[in-house]
Amino acid sequence: MSRLQAGGRHPVRFSLNGKPCAGDAEPRLLLTDFLRHQIGMTGVHVGCEHGVCGACTVSIDGSPARACLTLVAQVEGCEVRTVESLAPSAGRLGILQAAFKRNHALQCGFCTPGILMSLDCFLRDHPRPDEAAIRDFLSGHLCRCTGYTPIVRAALEAAAEIAGDVSREKSDA
Amino acid sequence: MKPAAFDYVRPEHLDEALDVLRQEGGDARIIAGGQSLMAMLNMRLARPRTLIDIMRLPGLARIDAKADSITVGAGVRQATLLAWPDLSRSLQLIALALPWTGHAQTRSRGTVCGSIAHADPSAELPLVLQALGGEVHLRSAKRRRRVAAKDFFTGMMATARLDEELIEAVSFPAAQTRCAFREVARRHGDFAIVAAAVVKTAAGVRLAIGGVADMPVTRDFPSLEGSALEDALNAFAYELDARDDVHATARYRRDLVRMIGRDLVQEVMQ
Repeated sequence: MSRLQAGGRHPVRFSLNGKPCAGDAEPRLLLTDFLRHQIGMTGVHVGCEHGVCGACTVSIDGSPARACLTLVAQVEGCEVRTVESLAPSAGRLGILQAAFKRNHALQCGFCTPGILMSLDCFLRDHPRPDEAAIRDFLSGHLCRCTGYTPIVRAALEAAAEIAGDVSREKSDA
Repeated sequence: MKPAAFDYVRPEHLDEALDVLRQEGGDARIIAGGQSLMAMLNMRLARPRTLIDIMRLPGLARIDAKADSITVGAGVRQATLLAWPDLSRSLQLIALALPWTGHAQTRSRGTVCGSIAHADPSAELPLVLQALGGEVHLRSAKRRRRVAAKDFFTGMMATARLDEELIEAVSFPAAQTRCAFREVARRHGDFAIVAAAVVKTAAGVRLAIGGVADMPVTRDFPSLEGSALEDALNAFAYELDARDDVHATARYRRDLVRMIGRDLVQEVMQ
């Protein structure tokens, strides 16, 4: 049994965006603060800090989860992915990100990283979702700019593209 | 909005967790998925001296289906139960209610037993446990005991669990019966203004209401129709002692109890 003493900093290791990640953290440190302040993954946005708004959503072992309701100690040995993992290379956008850009699915962008990570997990498990399923899934996120309609449109477009129904390569050319 | 300092304990065996609880009692809290407790810690509504993380204990993440009951271990996440292939056949009421518990993004971490331990008066899982007449399996270093749902919830976020006990599992009777569930909230996944579950019984129906009183409340009704049903529901709605709050007035809550109650009773009696 391990006991991490309050006040002390203790080593933590997990996989972050496919690479090993290690640091020292107090037991009470939230995953949001560890990722932002120690690792510099500032794509993890902090909104409400009690699990309501969804801005801090990251992927933990392939499922969307609130980083603000997770202690970094809890993800020891887990696979964590943040929005920084979505772009295939510097200067290029992933399929979902490109669909958000085309559809104006963001304005201020504060909620966007959380929604992208949620949808990234969702589309992996549900390759051909309908609008109702996407809206139900998005109920775990607050966006005060868009009214959600362009986000739903972007998600449907990205789903079709991932499923191979349209080739964005051709239609953009 | 950051938790106060605490020791974080990661036991490898259940006995170790029970030992910490025996020594530290009410100063220690169990953390499983953390989807209720972490919000309380962030807001410093809870300030435990020690957190005991039980999610790496072997054997707790089991769904055990027997002929007469289905037992859900303390490590079973809500998303795992929702994805259990036998759910709608074995526990139809949970299949109906669980999609209303939080959001997909919180069900992925939150556990079934954790929601019952938290005992929020508007939460769906305590309501379903009450409606089905389930049991909570408690364990301490000294003993094991089972508490019926009707005796487990004792008030607003208060339960019969002693400080040195943890919830090892909850069980639901497997008997197949007609049931129905409905909830009204400002947004799907938000706290229920009123949540209602109805289960057909030998003598009539059992109605369980969450979100109104300080805990889920059940009432057995004989087979009633028409104005007799309306009168019985009206009396029940008043007995729940609804309060006005920022989400809804007491009168609106009583209206919902009468209206949803009638619809659900008619649905299961058809």
